[in-house]
Amino acid sequence: MGGGITLYHFLTLSIVIFVLGMYTVLTRRNAIGILMGVELILNSTNINYLAFSYYGGHRYDGQIFAIFVIMLAAAEAVIGLAVVLAIYQNFKTIDVSATETLSG
Amino acid sequence: MVAQVVFYLLAALTVGSSMMVAFSRNIVYSTFALLGAFMGVVGIYILLAADFVAMVQLLVYVGGILVLTIFAVMLTQGIADVTVSNREVGGLPSLVIVSILGAVMLFAVFHTPWQQAPAQMSSGPTTYAIGNAFLGEYVLPFEVASLVLLAALVGAIVISRHETRE
Repeated sequence: MGGGITLYHFLTLSIVIFVLGMYTVLTRRNAIGILMGVELILNSTNINYLAFSYYGGHRYDGQIFAIFVIMLAAAEAVIGLAVVLAIYQNFKTIDVSATETLSG
Repeated sequence: MVAQVVFYLLAALTVGSSMMVAFSRNIVYSTFALLGAFMGVVGIYILLAADFVAMVQLLVYVGGILVLTIFAVMLTQGIADVTVSNREVGGLPSLVIVSILGAVMLFAVFHTPWQQAPAQMSSGPTTYAIGNAFLGEYVLPFEVASLVLLAALVGAIVISRHETRE
């Protein structure tokens, strides 16, 4: 790359995004907010894959794994949002602390 | 130093948008901040010479997942009561936990002697090699992925439709 950007730059950026996503997952009470945090975590994972693919001799395995992760993220978002909409139809809210029918 | 400036601009866009996703009290603002985060990540991918993955990210995340999320937000939240729609509980303990987690990971990253190959820039598109790998070495995961997507499609329809009994 030549611009003085190393693997550590990308790994640090990835960690920052992961931490923010983790915080979102831990603190939100809105189910869609939690799904957004999961998307952030998956994006940080992909940055890691592509950084290692680029700096590890430029093979393509990392990029292929990233594409698989994107595919699974799409499936996860579709199922997750369908579940959220089903919960909304039943409870009229998507606050996860209000949907506690199963807690004893 | 152009690459460095571009990297820091993209990183600022991504981290700033992610912070807005994480800390905004309004779920609608969070959703639209997610757009900035995804676009910044697309730029990072291009910086890492992954043009095909960047375009897939643009199509799937920005074109698909984000639009779907906006639909879900608009369908579930009444537009009138969006002032505090993204309640946060346990902010301080979570902040402590993720700070420790991030510090541990940063320590691990900076104390590992990564074996860095000299990044030789192949200027051609990556689609040729990725296509060959998908239909050669990775053909079984590729087919399983199509099954997973089919199952997700059917499952989403079954979960979200209204039961109609006659």
